[in-house]
Amino acid sequence: MQKTFFKGILVVTALLLGQFTFASEKKDEAGDHGKDLKTEIKEYITHHLQDSHDFSLFSYTKENGEHKYVGFPLPVILWDDGLKIFSSSKFHHGETLAEVNGNHYKLYHSKIYKTDAEGTINYDEDHHATNVKPLDFSITKNVVMIIVTGLLMLWLFTSLAKSYTKNNGIPTGAGRFFEPIVMYIRDDIARPNIGEKRYKKYMPFLLTIFFFIWFLNIFGLTPLGINVTGNIAITVSLALMTFVITNVTGTKDYWMHQFDPLGKSLPWYGKIPLYIILVPIELLGLIIKPFSLLIRLYANMQAGHIVLMSLIGLMFIFKSWLGSPLSFGLAFAISLIEVLVALLQAYIFTMLSALYFGFASEDHHEEGHENDPELAHL
Amino acid sequence: MAKLLEEFSLGLFFWQTLLFGLLLFLLWKFAWKPILGAINDREEGIKNALDAAEEAKKEMQNVTADSEKLLKEARAEREAMLKEAREIKDKIVADAKEQAQVEGDKLVKQAQATIESEKKAAVADIKAQVANLSVDIAEKVIKEELSDKKKQLKLVDDMLGDIKLN
Repeated sequence: MQKTFFKGILVVTALLLGQFTFASEKKDEAGDHGKDLKTEIKEYITHHLQDSHDFSLFSYTKENGEHKYVGFPLPVILWDDGLKIFSSSKFHHGETLAEVNGNHYKLYHSKIYKTDAEGTINYDEDHHATNVKPLDFSITKNVVMIIVTGLLMLWLFTSLAKSYTKNNGIPTGAGRFFEPIVMYIRDDIARPNIGEKRYKKYMPFLLTIFFFIWFLNIFGLTPLGINVTGNIAITVSLALMTFVITNVTGTKDYWMHQFDPLGKSLPWYGKIPLYIILVPIELLGLIIKPFSLLIRLYANMQAGHIVLMSLIGLMFIFKSWLGSPLSFGLAFAISLIEVLVALLQAYIFTMLSALYFGFASEDHHEEGHENDPELAHL
Repeated sequence: MAKLLEEFSLGLFFWQTLLFGLLLFLLWKFAWKPILGAINDREEGIKNALDAAEEAKKEMQNVTADSEKLLKEARAEREAMLKEAREIKDKIVADAKEQAQVEGDKLVKQAQATIESEKKAAVADIKAQVANLSVDIAEKVIKEELSDKKKQLKLVDDMLGDIKLN
């Protein structure tokens, strides 16, 4: 108990120190460019929230004004009249054009655009780039983090599985920490929401999605500057999987409920006027449920990162003996809350997925499910 | 909404779906299945062990009850045996007493009979001796008295009178 507590404190301290170094760079950059500090911070935050084509740990500016980036480039994979693979180091962090087989590509606001040899970007009235965007299947920072998290999970849980056979059914090491969580997901999320009969087939998905989201959320709190679960493409993919599983495994009763929500309680001619409204609502509910899942996770993680980084940025705006420690304290408190939010969001995503699976695999038709969409907005 | 669409990256979506699918499959195969199986086995094992303990407890109770019953029976048997033994003893003592009585009575009777017969024999003997003595006395008296005729007669008379009285 004591040990884990100290570990926790260590982790949080390391976390804050990391954020701190990030923030101090911003100040340097701002000074060198002579830009407004606020704009600089804002741009930095926006940049951090987006995916990136290279894995940069930190950057600094030399005395002579040259930018130095510490990190490693990642492979860029484009589909533009054929597969084009090259290293993201060609972009030099967006400072130069990448030239592949006579095509020129420019990195602009973390997106790759096809340009002419001079790298001109054309804009429309809303200042959106109108250049052609080739299909981008690059191994970005987020993809790297997904792979890292995947490998970590594989290593953690296969070793937990092995420790059972080696140790006569008793977990060892980290397994002692993770086994109760696995059992919690089984006994308090899957069983009560899906039911004793069917919960087993959903367990692998629920466990995978819980640990996947949780680990990535926690990675997002490290000073590596990762924002995977706060990326809309990720949450869309996760929610889509819940959606597909819900509807593929849906029982006859579930579909009956979708298209005939009132069942035998009304004669058919009485249903017609009601169903003109009810059935579209029910069908809309099908979409709203996963949609709420993806928006909730995206918004929560995004907001957490914005708040945390803004508070750290405030330290450099205040630059006073009162304001800076105050925003430091606030950032510390928010960091602690974010650790909780990381777990909470993983829990909510898993819990609601289980709830939807429960609805879909129900055997007996029950009334009163018109509340589903409201429940989804938890 | 437009900003969200702008942010959406098809490539990242593709990789996420592919990698997550792969991760789900691998974890399913190599982690969740054995983990959940092991937990299930363990729970089953605990349940079985508890059931077995309950069973053993019941068995133990049965055994205790049995032994108590046996003890009770043994005690009752001992009691019965003791009682029987006492009865037998009493009977033997009673029998012995009775037999002793009978034997005693018999002895007494025999003794009495012997005494009676001895007495009779003694009386007969005395009688014979008295008769002899009387004859002897009579002889002597007669020898003395026969010198005087009157005295002889008187003596005869007296004697006769005495004998009759006897």
